[in-house]
Amino acid sequence: MSRYSLASLVRHGLTGHRDWQPAWRDPEPKASYDAVIVGGGGHGLASAYYLAKNHGLNNIAVLEKGWLGGGNTGRNTTIVRSNYMLDGNAKFYEHGMKLWEGLSRDLNFNVMFSQRGVLNLAHSKGQLETFRRRGNAMRLNGIDAELLNRDQAAAFVPGMDVSRNVRFPVEGGLLQRRGGTARHDAVAWGYARGADQRGVDIIQNCEVTGIRRDQHGVTGLETNRGFIGAKKIGLAVAGHSTQLAAMAGVRLPIESHVLQAVVSEPVKPVLDTVVTFGAAHLYVSQSDKGELVMGGDIDGYNSFAQRGNLPVIEHFAACLVALFPQYSRLRILRNWGGIMDMTMDGSPIIGTTPVPGLFLNGGWCYGGFKATPASGWVFAHTIATGQPHALNAELSLDRFHTGRVLDEKGAGPYPWQH
Amino acid sequence: MKKVPGPIHGSTEGNNVMLLIPCPHCGLRDQTEFSYCGDATVTRPATPEDADDAAWIEYLYMRDNPKGPHDELWQHVHGCRQLLRVGRDVTNHEIKAEDPS
Ligand SMILES: Cc1cc2nc3c(=O)[nH]c(=O)nc-3n(C[C@H](O)[C@H](O)[C@H](O)COP(=O)(O)OP(=O)(O)OC[C@H]3O[C@@H](n4cnc5c(N)ncnc54)[C@H](O)[C@@H]3O)c2cc1C
Ligand SMILES: [Zn+2]
Repeated sequence: MSRYSLASLVRHGLTGHRDWQPAWRDPEPKASYDAVIVGGGGHGLASAYYLAKNHGLNNIAVLEKGWLGGGNTGRNTTIVRSNYMLDGNAKFYEHGMKLWEGLSRDLNFNVMFSQRGVLNLAHSKGQLETFRRRGNAMRLNGIDAELLNRDQAAAFVPGMDVSRNVRFPVEGGLLQRRGGTARHDAVAWGYARGADQRGVDIIQNCEVTGIRRDQHGVTGLETNRGFIGAKKIGLAVAGHSTQLAAMAGVRLPIESHVLQAVVSEPVKPVLDTVVTFGAAHLYVSQSDKGELVMGGDIDGYNSFAQRGNLPVIEHFAACLVALFPQYSRLRILRNWGGIMDMTMDGSPIIGTTPVPGLFLNGGWCYGGFKATPASGWVFAHTIATGQPHALNAELSLDRFHTGRVLDEKGAGPYPWQH
Repeated sequence: MKKVPGPIHGSTEGNNVMLLIPCPHCGLRDQTEFSYCGDATVTRPATPEDADDAAWIEYLYMRDNPKGPHDELWQHVHGCRQLLRVGRDVTNHEIKAEDPS
């Protein structure tokens, strides 16, 4: 498999770009593997990549029921940040941030990681104080954080309405300059190509319908392409964690909910950072194509429909025009939804399960895209060694039994509130 | 609470832009008048003093999360303020009111 470089681009240019090789193979499934990852989103593919790269496993497969990155990986608003307060989350996401910073080079694939900054706006003195607390917690964990006052926020985001006589005036904000956005598809494709180069079989159009186990643990998977034996199974199926875990008799502290996003028609560059509105809920950035990409809360009731309703869109559109009145005549070009597995404390679950050989990577709630590299890194470690990595030790499934939950918002066991 | 006379179907078909939830007291009303209160099948341990950790964990954290019909609670906060038990298919949002008693 050839490396991508300026030289290869020029070489292929000379032959009219007609002889590029596919970026990964399309193999038939083997009868059995040492390890099988279910789910060909960013997390599953990154896990396979690091299993091969960091742990030398190459008799492994990724099974995807549709196409690579067709789940939440290809549906998200691509915000990358590590601005968490609790240790168990902060160190994990910061490891992810460090991996993002070297990812394009490591994968030899441009994931278009753009550290344009993520600014969380505060709209009252009290809110700014809670941001100060989170910023200090971040800095104690070695993560960059800056508290901006109103003038600094206004200078950082030209065009934002910071006037006083509005319902929710901007008081300042918490800025993580190293945060930003990345190209979602490229993350899936880059990891897929890297894993494939290291011998991982990536099998699309392969839906897992059952998990076989005996008294010692898992033995393999039933799929629409036949039975596939597996000594170890890692689940990375985003919104369907409940259903896949149930195939092995494991119950999860998860509910599935729909999260929507929209893009506007494309316009010239108007916004060069990521801004979140803190009085209600909006996050917005501008894509390289010029579209404003935005989202807000989940719809707030259990859903597997991949389709939401308009109240949430109205809510975040109202935030947008409050903050940027000049965007009010932009039209929405597309909207869509993705199914999120919301956990009972709002933090993800990566680790072992009560079934030997079965590992879980799920519960990503709103925020799993940014976690993709770190999640793959620690999940590969967990699958290869049978033990969690130090960075996902606190993200275990049994925290709901020990009571050591990681509830950043303090919202309690109501998944639609996280 | 009054009994719902037969199933009333809510819908998101046609020009509707949100869930329409049938309240047995107020009729078919917009989703935005309601507050979601989650899975209606979750029950608190009957005798808390005898419940072990496993029973509390099951009650507090574990959910069936079915991909299909879901029995759930909605409170009509901007209406009669009653708590309603609603059956909704979470794969297509089709709603059917159930006996709220
Ligand atoms: C609208 C929206 C906006 C978001 N915005 C952000 C954001 O700005 N920043 C951020 O960090 N996160 C964001 N997220 C969350 C983020 O997208 C996800 O947490 C993350 O992409 C999950 O990656 P994944 O690989 O676990 O899941 P997915 O990409 O969903 O991959 C799971 C795969 O499993 C497959 N699968 C399911 N069942 C089976 C089966 N039985 N057999 C085989 N395959 C199966 C699916 O087809 C799917 O491809 C957002 C999500 C949505 C929906
Ligand atoms: Zn009512």
